[in-house]
Amino acid sequence: MSYHLGGWAPPWGIEFSVDHATALVIMVISGLGFVATMSSKSLFMKEISSDDLGRVYGAWLLTFGGLLGLVMTADAFNLFVFFEISSLASVTLVAMGGCYDKRALIAAFNYLVIGAIGATFYVIGVGFCYAMTGTLNMLDLAVRLPQVTDQVPIYIGLAFMVTGVMVKAAIFPMHFWLPPSYGHAPMAVTTLLAAVATKASLYILVRVLMTIFGGIDTLPQLILQWVLIPLSLMAVLLGTILAIYERDAKLMLAQSSIAQIGYIVLGFGMGSLSGLQAGFIHIANHAMIKGGMFIGLGGLAMAAAGKTKLDSFAGIGRRMPLTATGFLICGLSLIGLPLTAGFISKLYLITAVIDAGYWQIAGIVLFSSALSVIYLWRLVEVMWFTPSHSGQDRLPEQIMIYGPLWILALANIWFGISASTITEMSYGAAQVLIGGLS
Amino acid sequence: MISSSHAIILGLATPLAVALITPFLGRHPQWRDWLGPIGGVVTFLAALQVAMSVLAGETPEWLVISISSGLDLSFRVTALGAIFGLVASGLWILAAIYSVGYMRGTNEDNQTRFAAFYAVAVHAALAIAWSGNLLVLFIFYEVLTFSTYPLVIHKQNAEAIRAGRLYMGILVGTSLMLLLPAVVWVWLTAGTLDFKQGGILSGQLDPALAPWMLALFAFGIGKSALMPIHRWLPAAMVAPTPVSALLHAVAVVKAGVFTMLTVVVYIFGYDFVAETGASTWLIWLSCFTILASSVIAIQKDDIKARLAYSTISQLSYIVLGAALASEMAIKGAGLHIVMHASAKITLFFCAGAIYVSAHLKKVSDLNGLGYQMPMVFGAFFLAALSIIGIPPLGGSWSKFLLMAGAAERGMMLVILVLAVSSLLNVWYLLEPVMRGFFMEQKASVKVSYHPLVVIPPVLTAILSIVLFFVPWPFTTLISMMVAP
Repeated sequence: MSYHLGGWAPPWGIEFSVDHATALVIMVISGLGFVATMSSKSLFMKEISSDDLGRVYGAWLLTFGGLLGLVMTADAFNLFVFFEISSLASVTLVAMGGCYDKRALIAAFNYLVIGAIGATFYVIGVGFCYAMTGTLNMLDLAVRLPQVTDQVPIYIGLAFMVTGVMVKAAIFPMHFWLPPSYGHAPMAVTTLLAAVATKASLYILVRVLMTIFGGIDTLPQLILQWVLIPLSLMAVLLGTILAIYERDAKLMLAQSSIAQIGYIVLGFGMGSLSGLQAGFIHIANHAMIKGGMFIGLGGLAMAAAGKTKLDSFAGIGRRMPLTATGFLICGLSLIGLPLTAGFISKLYLITAVIDAGYWQIAGIVLFSSALSVIYLWRLVEVMWFTPSHSGQDRLPEQIMIYGPLWILALANIWFGISASTITEMSYGAAQVLIGGLS
Repeated sequence: MISSSHAIILGLATPLAVALITPFLGRHPQWRDWLGPIGGVVTFLAALQVAMSVLAGETPEWLVISISSGLDLSFRVTALGAIFGLVASGLWILAAIYSVGYMRGTNEDNQTRFAAFYAVAVHAALAIAWSGNLLVLFIFYEVLTFSTYPLVIHKQNAEAIRAGRLYMGILVGTSLMLLLPAVVWVWLTAGTLDFKQGGILSGQLDPALAPWMLALFAFGIGKSALMPIHRWLPAAMVAPTPVSALLHAVAVVKAGVFTMLTVVVYIFGYDFVAETGASTWLIWLSCFTILASSVIAIQKDDIKARLAYSTISQLSYIVLGAALASEMAIKGAGLHIVMHASAKITLFFCAGAIYVSAHLKKVSDLNGLGYQMPMVFGAFFLAALSIIGIPPLGGSWSKFLLMAGAAERGMMLVILVLAVSSLLNVWYLLEPVMRGFFMEQKASVKVSYHPLVVIPPVLTAILSIVLFFVPWPFTTLISMMVAP
């Protein structure tokens, strides 16, 4: 599907286009966005002064619009515009936490600067390519770039674009902005960012490599194989190990996101049909997992007076059973327990990796996924098997928190048993992108 | 009589229903405690129906849902699966009765949580037994690990939490890092994960790689407690005795050796294993495990720890049978699942009965207790004889078949190992009985009588005798395992 902005035909006008890959990411963003929005009001109550609520939802919707535009646009420069819209809006959201937790302001400032650098890198890269080809439409670029492979600037352009997007997608070693901004943002904002924001950038990464530069022989494969695979493995190991040593539950989940992004990039890095499929599957599944976990954590943290240190959750599993159980289901999906969506992700990723002949990489992935059991289990032991500091009574639970949480928890189970919806959509997405490569 | 696929549904749904209803009856223990035994009877009848249709030459099947293209969540009962299903569900009836007596006798906390997860574990064991392909087997293998965790750490003290970490660490670690890639490897090599008589790998897998794939399975299936990945089993003994009895003598560990045997018989095909010599190393490793854990068992004074090491040794009999990969050895391994289950659950029942009635845990404290608890010590004696392999007890059949299997492969040294292991069994399993009947009591012990913990071991001990004279239907089922 294609829509021409203002009626101007591409490649001159700005085009929005939706294919299988786009559709999948749009589904993830809008689906998870809906659930996050449902839970956001209750979560904002304790973290933002009620005067700000209107402004928060303004920024909230702008973030959405930015992300959806980012994914749908078929124009390389227009993509930069949406990058800026979504990141400025989400910086505002992070900063909203500043009225109760001043660290949110620092995190927001960091996020702003890093995000601006990423976007600038990207637009510099676009500039190089525009100078060489005279077009900004992605499909048009894909046709014209292979005709100018003797020109060095397009390679510089590629490097700038990829680096810029990697900053946005928090791919190791450009991930350092993510844990603090997730950790100090209001819980609802963390949910939104963790579930959907990096997913859009990850999608842009494959778009740039596979669609825009897909026509140039072996170049995308080289970048995937020699740059993205090693970096993703580092991310997987480092994120997991840092999560194990983290004493704050919110930061623990943020570190785990670094590792999970690593899994997605690793799938893409295989460059094969099954690898891309695995990457898209995990984009969808990880959004459900982390979205659910942050909503659940938000609900639990409200009972623990806003604190997210591990100790403050002692014994909370028995005092808030609905929220804690939903959180646990998403957590089990995170470590890939069979019958949850996380297992499907892991199964397809491992299959893709072994199919490509990378036994060592399969070993690293499995090792780190076994390590991830450790950090989840620290939460389980604290929440269920450690006596509570402050009484045994049931605490009040809010339906607007455990309701959305259970929607995601059940989705995790449903897509773990009947995974064909997601696997087939991802297969379609992978085919679209592979088409750009061959 | 209901159709065989409905029997599968009934057998899987009943324990799950018990698990789901139990929490709602938490305030009415009288009603709640009926659920387990009733569920056990229904499940056993369903398993019996499934086994009958397997005996009649049918293949009971139930396709639940297609996970994605080429992968089905389906159940399809093999002869071996029918055996394991009968064992797990049949012993659940007695274990459920026993656990009511035990939990009340020791006044444990959290009895409702205990009963619920106990039923989930039985559900997972049955799903493993009847699984239709290797992926379904793997799925419920993991479910079994996670559902038994709350049972292992039931006491919630520091020791239990530490044991729980070891339990999860070894079982989840090995299954994720070794078993899962092995499953994926089979999938990529053979293009299918279905169980098939004669295996699916013959002609597909390079024979030079076969030992490596077998190693991934042997060490990935942590539940079969092959050395050096056996440590979780003694650690799991911190759980209440009903858990040790049904789960860590029957459901969980038998799920491990069942998986191993299934892989050899229905994935590799035992002819393929024998031809390629893929399992030679495994024969010696399991022999080592048999002897080493017997030697450790002798040194343990704690009854449950001793029984745990005895279990490790006995599990390796079954792994040995799979590794020998001859017709007799496979049959012996299949039969040993049944014989060892009925005998070992008796021993654990007895250990728990002694703890509930006299609050004793150590072998050295049992002096003279036999006259105060004759039924319990009598049952212990019979079960010990069955494990040693003395007629007229069931264990003699499977040991005989395993020895015949070793002879078939011309491995005289293996026969010697089995013989030595029997002697070691005599030493460490008959010591408690001898102390009970023939040694002077040190200090008088007050013994209270709890019928619910005494009757089940007596029944399972009698079962061990019955299985010697009437090993049907298991004999027919093991012949079906090796039928071409």
